[in-house]
Amino acid sequence: MRSVREALTASRRAPLLSILGVVTIAFSLFAFGLFGLVAINIRKALEQVEERVEVRAFLGDSTDIESVAAAMKDIGEFPEVARVEYVSKEQALERARKEMGEFADVFEAGVLPASIEVYLRSGMRDPTTVKSVADRIRTYHFVDDVRYGEEWVEKLYRLRTIATVAGLALGIAFAAVAIIIIGATIRMTVLARAKEISIMRLVGATDMFIRLPFLIDGLVKGVSGGLLALVFVWVANRVVNEYFLQTIFFSREMIFLGVVGGAFMGVLGSLVSVGRHLRRV
Amino acid sequence: MIRLTDVAKEYPRSGTALSQISFEVKKGEFVFLTGPSGSGKTTILKLLYMDDKPNQGEVWVNGVSSMTASGREISRLRRRLGIVFQDFRLLEDRTAEANVRFALEVTGAPKATIRAKVSRALTQVGLASKATSYPRELSGGEQQRVAIARSLINDPFVLIADEPTGNLDERATRGVFQLLRDINASGTAVIMATHDLDLVRRSNYRTIELNHGRLVFDSAESPLSARPSDPTIAEVEAASDTRENT
Repeated sequence: MRSVREALTASRRAPLLSILGVVTIAFSLFAFGLFGLVAINIRKALEQVEERVEVRAFLGDSTDIESVAAAMKDIGEFPEVARVEYVSKEQALERARKEMGEFADVFEAGVLPASIEVYLRSGMRDPTTVKSVADRIRTYHFVDDVRYGEEWVEKLYRLRTIATVAGLALGIAFAAVAIIIIGATIRMTVLARAKEISIMRLVGATDMFIRLPFLIDGLVKGVSGGLLALVFVWVANRVVNEYFLQTIFFSREMIFLGVVGGAFMGVLGSLVSVGRHLRRV
Repeated sequence: MIRLTDVAKEYPRSGTALSQISFEVKKGEFVFLTGPSGSGKTTILKLLYMDDKPNQGEVWVNGVSSMTASGREISRLRRRLGIVFQDFRLLEDRTAEANVRFALEVTGAPKATIRAKVSRALTQVGLASKATSYPRELSGGEQQRVAIARSLINDPFVLIADEPTGNLDERATRGVFQLLRDINASGTAVIMATHDLDLVRRSNYRTIELNHGRLVFDSAESPLSARPSDPTIAEVEAASDTRENT
């Protein structure tokens, strides 16, 4: 209780420093948040593209429907497979006409073969898995050909790996910058009160007693900085949505995690700053 | 009550600050610590309130040994010490009363007793009427009295004063010194580091003199005539050394 009061009194005594601290923390978390927003949107976009990874097996003309049904049931039970769809000759033609638009009349009935479209589960869309599924489907004697856009799948997969690695590296860098800035901000508070701390020690206050108000101060600053950053990110997201492109925002869990993270950084920053100061004087 | 046994202190950058220091201070005693700047007075005081530990030997204060003391024990010990500095070390943004109260609050003293204790301490140093003044509104002598009131608030068994009159004019010096004598008369031991040889000569208290980190004279052990004479005193007045500034 005393620590809370002490922390509040300290902010009242140096309001500018406190505001500066909260705003600094807010901006560093804002940068981190913006990055996070970009990262989750890129991931979302890639996921959407990935959903289109499919294996298509073209069937021979004389295939009877029972064999196809049996094969589809088999394939549907592969652990990698999400669902299997049958596309008849007629459906293939219709679809091709729709996609080709003005060249629609170059196709004649019976030109396109019937096929089975196999959609894979998420996480099973890497080149190796796709290839292994394709190879297994190829073993059915009535399957003429199997296509899955080999090159395209590989490129997409590489892009995803790059995005993940870059995202991790940038994320760590942004988090590190945020932690350093928060630490420096709290260090300013500690230095501003260095004399007070030294007197507290001289009159016999324990280190824990000295530390606690700073920890609370750090916690409050971390949480308020986090919330402020959240508002900034939300506004930025709205602006982008309004004028540029559709984006998704953080989920509730992510927001909660972000604010808890801010609080944690505040407390950790205080702990380190005060600890170092106490050891040095 | 206080005992230093063969104490040595070295600093990594400035070298030997103290060597072979041994002396005892009894309950209720008044002791001057004299010597030129850099002779180790401040270092000895720091060892007494355990802000620093000796590299060799042992400092023993009221049952707490420098060899074994934990952080908590040191905190507890300091609540029974009064410490006063040349530069007062008051918090500029608080009134005299708040400065004194601060020392009680940070040790978690019960609220009910704080007000009475604070006003008693301010009365004791003759500043009851200036309780609501800020340090900048007080003279040097008055500021030092506030600092002394703060140091008395926990009923210390010893008052450790590092050049308490160093920043004061003669009149204020006399006043503060008289206050320290009164405090001593009421049973609190006083250890006072000072340059002011006049002050030392005019009173009859025990004097320990340091030079280059060694104890060169202790009036409790030598007759007064054996006291080092003028060259040392000249040094006292002239010498300056950065070591003292820490």
